[in-house]
Amino acid sequence: MWAYLVRRTGEALLILLGISLVTFVLLYLVPADPARQIAGRSATVETVANIRAQLGLDQPFHIQYVRYLGNLLQGDLGRSYLQRSEVAELIAARMPATLLLMAAAIVVELILGLTIGIVAALKRNTAVDQSLMVFSFVTISAPQFVVGILLLYVFAVRLHWFPIGGYGSFAHLVLPAITIGLLGTGWYSRMMRSSMIDVLAQDYVRTARAKGLGRLRIILRHVVPNAVLPIIAMIGIDIGLFMSGIVVVESVFGWPGIGQLAWQAIQRVDIPIIMGVTLVSACFIVLGNLVADLIAPLVDPRIKLK
Amino acid sequence: MTAATAETGRGDAPRPVLSVRDLTVAVATPGGAQPVVEDLSFDLIAGETLCLAGESGSGKSMTALAIMGLLPQPTARIAQGSIRLADGTELAGLSDRALRKIRANRISMIFQEPMTSLNPVLTIGTQLTEVLLEHGACSRAEAPGRALDLLRDVRITDAARRLKQYPHELSGGMRQRVMIAIALACDPEILIADEPTTALDVTVQAEILDLIRTLQREHGTTVLMITHDMGVVAEMADRVIVLRHGRQEETAPVHQLFAAPRTAYARELLAAVPRLGHAPARPVPERLPDVVDVEGLTVRYPIRGGIANRVQAQVHAVENVDFRIAPGETLALVGESGCGKSTIGKALLGLAPWTGSIRIAGQQMQGLSPKGLKPVRRNIQMIFQDPGASLDARMTVGRQVGEPLVVHGQARGSELQDRIEWLFRRVGLTPEQIDRYPHEFSGGQRQRICIARALALRPRVIVADECVSALDVSIQAQVLDLLRELQQEEGLAYLFISHDMAVIDQVADRVAVMNLGQIVETGSREQVLRTPMHPYTRRLLSAVPIPDPNHVRPAVLARDGEVGSPVRPLGQHPVRLEMDEVAPGHWVARSDAAARSAA
Repeated sequence: MWAYLVRRTGEALLILLGISLVTFVLLYLVPADPARQIAGRSATVETVANIRAQLGLDQPFHIQYVRYLGNLLQGDLGRSYLQRSEVAELIAARMPATLLLMAAAIVVELILGLTIGIVAALKRNTAVDQSLMVFSFVTISAPQFVVGILLLYVFAVRLHWFPIGGYGSFAHLVLPAITIGLLGTGWYSRMMRSSMIDVLAQDYVRTARAKGLGRLRIILRHVVPNAVLPIIAMIGIDIGLFMSGIVVVESVFGWPGIGQLAWQAIQRVDIPIIMGVTLVSACFIVLGNLVADLIAPLVDPRIKLK
Repeated sequence: MTAATAETGRGDAPRPVLSVRDLTVAVATPGGAQPVVEDLSFDLIAGETLCLAGESGSGKSMTALAIMGLLPQPTARIAQGSIRLADGTELAGLSDRALRKIRANRISMIFQEPMTSLNPVLTIGTQLTEVLLEHGACSRAEAPGRALDLLRDVRITDAARRLKQYPHELSGGMRQRVMIAIALACDPEILIADEPTTALDVTVQAEILDLIRTLQREHGTTVLMITHDMGVVAEMADRVIVLRHGRQEETAPVHQLFAAPRTAYARELLAAVPRLGHAPARPVPERLPDVVDVEGLTVRYPIRGGIANRVQAQVHAVENVDFRIAPGETLALVGESGCGKSTIGKALLGLAPWTGSIRIAGQQMQGLSPKGLKPVRRNIQMIFQDPGASLDARMTVGRQVGEPLVVHGQARGSELQDRIEWLFRRVGLTPEQIDRYPHEFSGGQRQRICIARALALRPRVIVADECVSALDVSIQAQVLDLLRELQQEEGLAYLFISHDMAVIDQVADRVAVMNLGQIVETGSREQVLRTPMHPYTRRLLSAVPIPDPNHVRPAVLARDGEVGSPVRPLGQHPVRLEMDEVAPGHWVARSDAAARSAA
């Protein structure tokens, strides 16, 4: 167990190093000039050059990257070019909002996705099944900003059930959580459906019936716990999808999380923030996968961590 | 003896615990409903063991599922007939709610696959107490104690620990014991056993059959046993119903059936059963230079773990195995599952990582690059156990048979076509079948196609890995005949891998018995099968069910010490067995006891 954790943590660090390098290269190649952005349109060439030198942007690539890594090791993500504060502080301040949104979205997609999947499998090849699968297909294919705006229009503007945007109460959380959660709902319902159909055909389900057990007990005790196993591994991978989703959804709903922070930084080529948010997101994805792998043996006794 | 009196009608009127009348089970197919069981009638007499025997597709399992109300929904249903319990309860057409009270409580069932019949995420204890609580057999507080008693009843070692274990931590035999414990938990009147030992090794099979008999005596349970194995029928049945294509062919007390079968089909079925010790003598092939020469063959698989994911232990699948096969000769490798016999076959074809020396037709395979191996591989081909799974469902059978010729650049165009047609005729198929797909053929025909594919390159050696195990006995006999005929005409050498002693008796010139990756005994067929010397060989042979109801099988010989494991920590190698030549060509490993006393 400990050997496993140490090995996985080592692997995670390598992954993060790779991601930092790729992101750094991409930002280095971006044609926009951060110094020019900071200086403003009317600044002279000297001012821009000064700013560039001050930020170390005139140094060769490898020196910039090594310096960034050195700072990173000390927990220093750098300073924002424009907001004049530490990136780490900016991200830390916005993290709770994003984590809350993510947790709520996971709850939404698990509740909706698993329920739809279970019902569709039990009613397979009926009208119920087909309509549920059409619904899940729509949620997979609809772009999140469209879903978000649609939900806003119907439930906030028209029906006044929820606030139009902002942060602070449960009511604020509902619409953005559903917007992000719907995408996962589509995937999970389809996976759960096929997983359920697989499990329903297993010999041990026949054994459960031969024992004279009731239908509800067979489904809840024998079928669902087995059917849900492949989904657990999916949740870890899913965090990557969330991270891309929150950039859009937080902007649509004015949700003060790191997605919004990233969105603003991208528009202004605020490289330290973009780097910081990318690395933190990568950390989450890596961590999410690790947690999913650690949970797996608790749910499936056949899995042993080695 | 209840059954015998029942049949002759003397003595007290027998009391049927279950009466099946004119049962017809229909399965929905694209071409409309097809009956899989037709007009089946029988009485199950209290305390007897009734066997439903037949080949695949005879409807025997469907009958069992119909009784339990477990027919696959919505494809199969009881089309007509009645299934009545002694108290008059009609099971056909009973609601699921009412059937639930019958299942496990009055009629229980155990299945063929103990590996998959238990829920992998629930403990043995939970799966046992669940059935007790469902039927109100005891209170929640009493349940763990009752579960423990049940496990002790089925003679599971270390029962208290098993309650907390999961199915994957138990061997196949233990899982089947757990299934039996679950089935007998509520003390049902009837136990339906659907091929309960087919997936188990022969020694484990003998133990489970013994257990079923003992429990039946202790509990007075009536057993309806479903099997394709006439050896098991002879050993277990009081009465037998022979089924064919869903129809009752013959019903008779077991002695009468084996002594004087009345119907032609029963006669054929019994005649096709391979019998240990009844195989015709085989001509001794002329001793030619060996075509297969294996020395010190070892296959080990690494098990990784730890921080750096380094090799921590090894599975010693095959250890230091030597053997030779001459042209026209069949060497049979026999042993229980996990003994390494299939791995040897794979190593010969380069499908497993091996060390040692393998010479095929004089050519050393050790150290050859994949490219260098290609011409050697032409000389050795393989036939697998499951002909359905070893053919590509989306390729015509003709292309599959011709593929080796194309890969090796042996033929193309019209010549390829001619060769394929010739091969089809060679294995008893017609050239018209070349353009069909695998699903259009029966199991036996598919195995013929696989044989044709193996023959395409005119190999000198064929590895046949359990190649008739998945086939019904009558088909089995035909395929074995074909293999024999090909061997005589082409001088093929066979490495015949099987767990079935009776089949091996039919085909082998020499036999090698394997246990834990090593050969423990080898010699001519007569030497090994008639005068076995090694305790393991004796144990294997003593467990084989004999298709003769008059034969009383002695209790299975006890295991010689602990069951070993092929998994060992790195650097710790298994003890290399010393072989003694007890008769010319008959080599026997010194058993542990002998080795110890010698040391």
